[in-house]
Amino acid sequence: MTERSPIGRFRFMDEQRVNLDGFAVENPSLGLIAFNSPTDPQPSLVIVDGHVIEMDSRAAEDFDILDSFISTHGIDLAVSKEAMALDSITFARMIVDPNIPRTEVVRLAGGMTPAKLAQAIAQLRPAELVIAMTKCRARRTPSNQAHVTNRSDDPLLLAADAATAAAFGFREIETTVPVLGDAPSNAVAVSIGAAVGSPGILIQCSVEEAIELDLGMRGLVSYAETVSLYGTEQIFIDGDDTPWSKAFLTSAYASRGIKMRVTSGGGAEALMGSAEGCSMFYLEARCVALARAIGSQGVQNGGIDSASVAGSVPGGVRSLMAENLMVMLRNLEACTGNDALMSESDVRRTSRTHPIFIGGSDFICSGFGSIQRYDNMFGPSQWNSEDIDDFLAMQRDWGVDGGLRTASEPEVERLRRRAVEAVRDVYGLLGLAEFTDAWLDEAVDAAGSKDVPAADFMVPLTASRLIRDTNVTMLDVIGALDECGYEVEAERLLAMLHARVEGDYLQTAAIFTEEMSVLSLVTDPNDYSGPGTGYVPTRARQLEIDTIRQQRSVDDLRSEQDGFVTDRLAVLGAAGPASDPRDVVIGVSPATAKAIWRTLSGLTVVDALEELLAGLEEEGCLGRIVRINDTIDLGLIGLKAARLAGSGIGIGLQAKGTALIHRRDLTPLANLELYSVAPSLTRESYRAMGINAGRHAKGATPEPGRNPYSDEAIEARYHTTVVSLVAMEREICDPAAYPESMSLTEAHT
Amino acid sequence: MTIAKSGKPVDEVTLDALRAGDLAVDDVRIHPDTLIAQASVADDHGNPQLAENFLRAAELAQLPDHRVMAIYESLRPRRSTAEQLETIAAELDELGAVRNAALIREAAQVYQARNLLL
Repeated sequence: MTERSPIGRFRFMDEQRVNLDGFAVENPSLGLIAFNSPTDPQPSLVIVDGHVIEMDSRAAEDFDILDSFISTHGIDLAVSKEAMALDSITFARMIVDPNIPRTEVVRLAGGMTPAKLAQAIAQLRPAELVIAMTKCRARRTPSNQAHVTNRSDDPLLLAADAATAAAFGFREIETTVPVLGDAPSNAVAVSIGAAVGSPGILIQCSVEEAIELDLGMRGLVSYAETVSLYGTEQIFIDGDDTPWSKAFLTSAYASRGIKMRVTSGGGAEALMGSAEGCSMFYLEARCVALARAIGSQGVQNGGIDSASVAGSVPGGVRSLMAENLMVMLRNLEACTGNDALMSESDVRRTSRTHPIFIGGSDFICSGFGSIQRYDNMFGPSQWNSEDIDDFLAMQRDWGVDGGLRTASEPEVERLRRRAVEAVRDVYGLLGLAEFTDAWLDEAVDAAGSKDVPAADFMVPLTASRLIRDTNVTMLDVIGALDECGYEVEAERLLAMLHARVEGDYLQTAAIFTEEMSVLSLVTDPNDYSGPGTGYVPTRARQLEIDTIRQQRSVDDLRSEQDGFVTDRLAVLGAAGPASDPRDVVIGVSPATAKAIWRTLSGLTVVDALEELLAGLEEEGCLGRIVRINDTIDLGLIGLKAARLAGSGIGIGLQAKGTALIHRRDLTPLANLELYSVAPSLTRESYRAMGINAGRHAKGATPEPGRNPYSDEAIEARYHTTVVSLVAMEREICDPAAYPESMSLTEAHT
Repeated sequence: MTIAKSGKPVDEVTLDALRAGDLAVDDVRIHPDTLIAQASVADDHGNPQLAENFLRAAELAQLPDHRVMAIYESLRPRRSTAEQLETIAAELDELGAVRNAALIREAAQVYQARNLLL
């Protein structure tokens, strides 16, 4: 039996990247269901003598470790009666109602069980989730977090990339290691690099819980995030922790003045084969309730490593955003996923992030891969270094603050150089490692670790061992920076230690501004209450968002054109009609050889004219160049040219390259042939048009030339330039000016 | 003026002090009283659990790093017997770390019920 091959349309569709993604049939028994599994418990809360004796349809004697901790610590029993009595749709409406303050919604959510809150949030549609996020996130000012890692734990590249991430506006940087032993060196290198880039960048090194705590205690990192929570007892225990050990760990971080958030995410339990038949969203509701119960100030969720599991089921992407909202409603900092890459499709991954991006969150990405995908030791991110310009353009498109800003190439080069030199000097002074000049140069220039062949993989391991053995703390690093002449960076890192003593950045959703002010739920509370309220970028910040490095003004284009000035095209004098039947006039636009010298395709106007003339000559015609000075309309330029021509045939050529063939007896818009896609025209196109014009002059009917259509976004590429070039034409155009004959002289040799 | 755990006012934690060899690790550690103050801020901002965490942290701020790490390890699944957890709780009580002691006793009870003791 031969297998039938699908038809072309489907063969073509099958080849698209979205079909590399896995899509699962909903399967509640495996936990492959986003919301509302048939076995999700019904919300309930029974309190006797101040003790919870039933929660979410489970009696206290059957509580697992999560139920036990949440019911004891996580629910505000003083409001639970009122909160649990609200029906879900009423509370869902309160969440999005701009007239009901965030604080009121948060107060009520505090009295709700996991199942209750899950049931309410599950009722919100996508656009309502966006409004809810705008209103309910803790911090008014949105921000963003970067991953900075590489395959070789190269300290120089880590420092250069951390400085780069800081330059692009990220306020938290998370690093990790492919080799566990390298962790201390990575923490030091990233801290130094970030301090070169900006004051106040929070640094994390994601490793095993105890090692991460140790790094924090030495002051080598300033926050922790990879403290994982899971929604079922089995997976929690498999993760080698309990709610009590996590609660203790949370306090341990705070006891050293270190900011900390926990990590969870829908789909993790299904992925690890123990979802207990529950929906991803309900299990995540347990994690978020637990996060609040153990006293964490924030949560990184939204699938994270299992985002693609959630993405594989119906409504899964919506559930990822709903998880984030749940964190906000529990009055916690939301670090809203958009972390691990959840799709091979650029369309799907953009679709997954976009509502959060426009709604705004405490951290849009809990790990924007600011480095190469192959260097991301968490795995490729939802957004990676190749997407930075896209992200900046999206911010500009929507006027939205996604936490990033543009950075100029010379500035980034300067920062990268300073970062690698600072690491070299500090590592040298502390006796941790030595680096070759070639390694430094490669790291400054590198787009990724593949561009740093000089890197020695043993260096981070040896440096890390020495950091541990000689008990290097952040004070030693700061002292070394200072001694090596990096006083600014030393001050910046010392300011981070100050912040630890002050403790203000332990509060919910804290980040530092570049002036080292803390922005948090306490100092910068979200006050959204409908249009005209809430976060608005300052003028300076809006300018950062709007001013991307690729933008061009008319002046920029004018000076670009000035680079192509030539004396080969000269004015001879007034132009008049001719009677020679071989005479074909090429009418050029007013700005030709005055302001515009190069067409959109990159050919110069002279190149185009040469080919047109040569084509006419092939047909035995005589081309004559006349500048039509009184109109910028190409149809009229062509028609006017035709009326001057002895043959009655004219070619109209705009300086930007668009061209047509016209005949004296036609109306302006009814031309014979039009080449409208100027950016794609070649010398051959103009030659062919010259030949056809010649054939028209001789009374023949040539096969019309065809526009070189392609699948490129020609309009996106050139329309801004077209607007400027047309403006230049209009500026020069003079309705009273007569046509002028022009000569084209041979190229100088 | 906020003081560090050592008692040094935070504005004396400067690069000059570091150059003079006058900064130690406890000069850049948070003081328990600061955590207690942060707890009341958290309480005022609708998060009593965060406040409770800061109060537990204020107690732990007194303990050396290695002891904190060791207690964390003891609280992980199936690391300790009920007696061992009680010993830690008693030790913490002795140090005035009563909130942490209570947390550990609560853990011991649940661990017993859920088979998470050694």
